[in-house]
Amino acid sequence: MRDDSPFASLVTLASYFAVLSLFAVGGANAAIPEMHRIAVEVMHWMNDRQFADMYALAQVSPGPNVIIVTLIGYHVAGLAGAAVATVAMVGPTCVFAFFVGRTWDRFKDAPWRAAIQAGMVPVSLGLIAASAFVVARAADHNVIAAAVTIATGAVAYFTRINPLLMFAVAGAVGLAGWL
Amino acid sequence: MSDPAVAVTGAKSQRPTLTELFAAFVGVSISGFGGALPWARRMIVERRGWMTAEEFNEAFSLAQFLPGPNVVNFSIVFGQRFGGAPGAAVAILGLLGPPVVIVTVIGVLYAFYGDIDALGRVLTGISAAAAGLIIAMVAKMALPLFRKGIHFAPVVAIVGFVAIGLFRWPLPLVLIVLAPISIALAWVRR
Repeated sequence: MRDDSPFASLVTLASYFAVLSLFAVGGANAAIPEMHRIAVEVMHWMNDRQFADMYALAQVSPGPNVIIVTLIGYHVAGLAGAAVATVAMVGPTCVFAFFVGRTWDRFKDAPWRAAIQAGMVPVSLGLIAASAFVVARAADHNVIAAAVTIATGAVAYFTRINPLLMFAVAGAVGLAGWL
Repeated sequence: MSDPAVAVTGAKSQRPTLTELFAAFVGVSISGFGGALPWARRMIVERRGWMTAEEFNEAFSLAQFLPGPNVVNFSIVFGQRFGGAPGAAVAILGLLGPPVVIVTVIGVLYAFYGDIDALGRVLTGISAAAAGLIIAMVAKMALPLFRKGIHFAPVVAIVGFVAIGLFRWPLPLVLIVLAPISIALAWVRR
């Protein structure tokens, strides 16, 4: 909680996440570095560890990973903050998706449509790679933690094991106090 | 809508009612650990036969390319197609309603117990693993892109990574510069 007025916090949450909503090209994971930048570096709402905790909680909760914004909002401004952050993060993109979804099929064969799609994929890739880096840097404080990250990456790449199982193993390694 | 795959499963493709749409996305949301896409596909293509596999892929590629969370976009595109604005509304409410309630309860608990050392250690382990999952996702995305020989793609991806991950520049700024360049390169190479 910050000491400025609750209303000001809500406005800040709403404006940051509404903008982020429209720039999250590549999904929730692509937006993680910007969320971290705002919450930890610019606004000082939380420290690195709290951000990593919330990321982990959003991962093990059912539903889309974007609900990390609900946790950030709650942390900043309570229940109202949770509601405002969630609506701001999904509202603009929903409206955009609604209108594009209605017209997109009409341009199925347009060359500019193919160029936009082909051009956006590497941009998303770069953002998601940055996200991996930011989360790893917040979570991996020693060699064993880095080994957990690399091992999980390899298992997820080469097998179809349920991620919850990987989280359980990694959580147990953490509980043992090795990280 | 008369796809042989649908006929094989015996499902009859029909328009879902608003209640069915809502229930379907509630189901997707609460079973969607580790990515909701496989669950959405199972529900929509295999179980209900509301879309063929091709229609699903088409709609999902649109959802991926739109800004914002993919599965959120998908629920809007899908709901809109089958039920207009009310359809989109019930789909997104079904998708986000239960998870938001659950995660809010988790947030309340974290506010009380977040300082407990054991919890912190478990969460550190989980976030270390979560970072690994994103790395795997990056590798899976990168491989086809680089194999197809789209030569500008690695450069764009690396510039994006460095600007956002290392320099920590603001995302809107980076995108406003990088996205048009990348689209222009894709256009030239088409």
